[in-house]
Amino acid sequence: MTSYHGGCSVRSLDKEAIENLAVGAAILGTGGGGDPYLGKLTAIQALEEGYEINIVDIKDVPNDALVIPSAGMGSPTVIVEKLPRGTEIINAFKALSEYLGMEVYATMPIEAGGLNSTFPLAVGAKMGVPIVDADGMGRAFPELQMTTFHINGVTVTPMALADERDNIVLLKTCDNYWAEWIARDITVRFGGTAWIALYPMTGKELKKAAIPGTLGLAERLGRAIRDAKERRENPIEAVLEASNGFELFKGKIIDVERKTTGGFARGEIRIEGIEEYKGQSLVVHFQNENLVAIKDGKVIASVPDLITLLDLETAVPITTESVKYGYRCFVIGMPCSEMWRSEKGLEVAGPKYFGYDVEYKPIEKIVGEFE
Amino acid sequence: MTYRLGIDVGGTNTDAVILDKDNKPVAKIKVATTEDITTGILNALDGVLREASISLDEIEYAMLGTTHCTNAIVERRNLARVGIIRIGRPATLSIKPLISWPDDLVSAIGGHSFILQGGHEFDGRELAPLDEEELRRIVKELKEKKVESVAISAVFSPVNNEHELRAAEIVREVLGDVPISLSHEIGSIGLLERENAAVLNAAVVKVAKTAVKSFESALREKGIEAQVYITQNDGTLMSAEYALKYPVLTIASGPANSLRGGAFLSGLKNAIVVDVGGTTTDIGVLVNGFPRESSVAVEIGGVRTNFRMPDLISIGLGGGSLVEFVDGKVRVGPKSVGYRLEKEALVFGGDKLTATDIAVHLGRAKLGDPSKLSGLDRSLAEKAADKMKTMVEDAIDRMKTNPDPVPVILVGGGSILLPGELRGASQVIRPPHFEVANAIGAAIAQVSGEIDRVFSLEERGREDVLREAKEIAIQEAIKAGADPRTVEIVDVEEVPLAYLPGNAIRIRVKAAGYLKI
Repeated sequence: MTSYHGGCSVRSLDKEAIENLAVGAAILGTGGGGDPYLGKLTAIQALEEGYEINIVDIKDVPNDALVIPSAGMGSPTVIVEKLPRGTEIINAFKALSEYLGMEVYATMPIEAGGLNSTFPLAVGAKMGVPIVDADGMGRAFPELQMTTFHINGVTVTPMALADERDNIVLLKTCDNYWAEWIARDITVRFGGTAWIALYPMTGKELKKAAIPGTLGLAERLGRAIRDAKERRENPIEAVLEASNGFELFKGKIIDVERKTTGGFARGEIRIEGIEEYKGQSLVVHFQNENLVAIKDGKVIASVPDLITLLDLETAVPITTESVKYGYRCFVIGMPCSEMWRSEKGLEVAGPKYFGYDVEYKPIEKIVGEFE
Repeated sequence: MTYRLGIDVGGTNTDAVILDKDNKPVAKIKVATTEDITTGILNALDGVLREASISLDEIEYAMLGTTHCTNAIVERRNLARVGIIRIGRPATLSIKPLISWPDDLVSAIGGHSFILQGGHEFDGRELAPLDEEELRRIVKELKEKKVESVAISAVFSPVNNEHELRAAEIVREVLGDVPISLSHEIGSIGLLERENAAVLNAAVVKVAKTAVKSFESALREKGIEAQVYITQNDGTLMSAEYALKYPVLTIASGPANSLRGGAFLSGLKNAIVVDVGGTTTDIGVLVNGFPRESSVAVEIGGVRTNFRMPDLISIGLGGGSLVEFVDGKVRVGPKSVGYRLEKEALVFGGDKLTATDIAVHLGRAKLGDPSKLSGLDRSLAEKAADKMKTMVEDAIDRMKTNPDPVPVILVGGGSILLPGELRGASQVIRPPHFEVANAIGAAIAQVSGEIDRVFSLEERGREDVLREAKEIAIQEAIKAGADPRTVEIVDVEEVPLAYLPGNAIRIRVKAAGYLKI
């Protein structure tokens, strides 16, 4: 294995590191993205079977090496029921690397937040390749083209989709939106889930198009919470320090409204301030993920920056599915990658793409103005 | 006259009541819960029979709510060696059974698991054919390993249960009369959580058998020939025979009994019930007279499961909670003297300041010897009382779905700690017999039947599917012993399955009715 990616230094993850990473990935999921739990278990099983999970730094990936991210797609209901066999993505990889005529050097997640953050760990372990400490979102988003790969001109296809029966589909499309569209249909034929290898790129492209260090960030976030709890300290401080984030609010959820307009499931969480925020109010607009936070009528954070609600006592992230009246929470904001802040980035994943009439402003600027 | 006996085992106390046929209590008692549980049940039985002047052959029904199974799982004691068969190959291999379980619990049940070819897709078609030959080989191996109980799960068995049923037949052919737990009969969608629920169920069959048998023989010894029922998580009854098959469904029956008892005693069907015990306070919500169910995965003994549990918040406040003053701040619980209250609390001559002492000092309760509290500062006592009130008020608020005030019913022996007014409550009700509401909840419980299945609306209308589901639930309730004339549908839930074609919909229906008297 070492000869395969010889020369570069890799870092091995143990069980505790994987647990931490999954906790951090839930925070980076910004209320959506699914539960990193299942992927975590595939990684832990891979370790128990004697495989190694190695993380490689993005700068150590050779420019001419082939890197292929891996993910699962489809209905969350099916993913929790028909658990993966484990060989699906490996088959997809083999098909794709055969097609490209190159060996795969490493894999990585397309999203560092939510369900898909943890699945690539076992994939890399079983293929004997490292996982690049990077991703294409720095958070979670709902669609295949909402990546920094996409805004930097990397194409979703050629991609390979596979199921547990050894069905493999190789897909090449005219653009990334068609890839999303056709892949969804194949997923249904497979029985509701597909395991995919996509966005193949060289090390050189990777360094331009990926967000570096996001797995490490997730792990640090998880470890910060674990350590703070062991020391019986407030975990929020630790989270903010590890993420360069900001405490936006502290309060009690007084109303959650969910509605479907124009085919979009949208919702609003109303939070009433407590303690030093008494008398103030915050509204968080969400779809799958938390997207815009408005404090006393003024926007204080918006997508693509990260907005996460954490339980006041346990610092466990509160998802948009489970959020309800009565929860007491911290609302934190974390800056997104600079790549999202470009014109192209905001076009793909800015507040307007999600249908909000909000001019994006970087969170650190807004917080500065507030203070 | 016919009577019914209700017994509920809590963490601190075991309570018993006898109700007449108009559901009026004719006798009630509270005794300490014992470590083996069964002795406490016998003590309660003795006590309540002594108090009631009735002829024993008039007791027609005996209902038991017990924590035997809960304790066995939490303490990893008396668990059966379980053979675990998952049907799902070639899928699911990347996450084997038990991978997320605590090590000590795995070793307590033996940890023998297998993944077999078979299972279904979300739309009911076969994922792969069931490999019967391989299954026979596995079962022989389980026989050699001397497993005492078998758990079977299959991919999408809530949609199509054929493979689980067929596998059970084959297991029975080889192993004979071994208890078999089928996942589709216990949990819902979510393979790992449902499988976990089935394995836990398989692990507690021995404990349940001991509990039920010793209850039955105790009754027989006293000359009571009553029909025995066991209460379950949704506040309804199971026959003793059914409880032996699905013992894991008793895990949260205690709080469920309190909720049902609170509803019965107050006459309210929609309210929040606060049950204050010796060490903890459970806060739950009544919706149409039944406990509101939790919508998220529930952890039991460190294992994620998805069977139906009441939605509860448990806080560390009870009659035995220790009260401490540190740096001008007051702390109440979660440490508690528990069942040693009558030895260790100040008011009973002990040396520990407890929540009960505060209540007595402020005149909320008359217990023990109040003169023993003369050294207690009144303003400190009020501070402690305020703290307890706030703890409960915050928990009540978290259980609400909106800020509107709702009626709050106080039950449990420890509810004397709380004042007659609470923030967020439209009224605070302390019904008669509040201290034994859980045993009353057990005694008045209904029998239920339910269905939780995924239906396709491709070829049938929604109305048609709903009608079938309701009919199945009603028949299940009647099968469990309900009087057909009293059976009602008490809960219907429809969940469309996202991102899937074919209009798949998951329907859960519950019906409940009174026992035939």
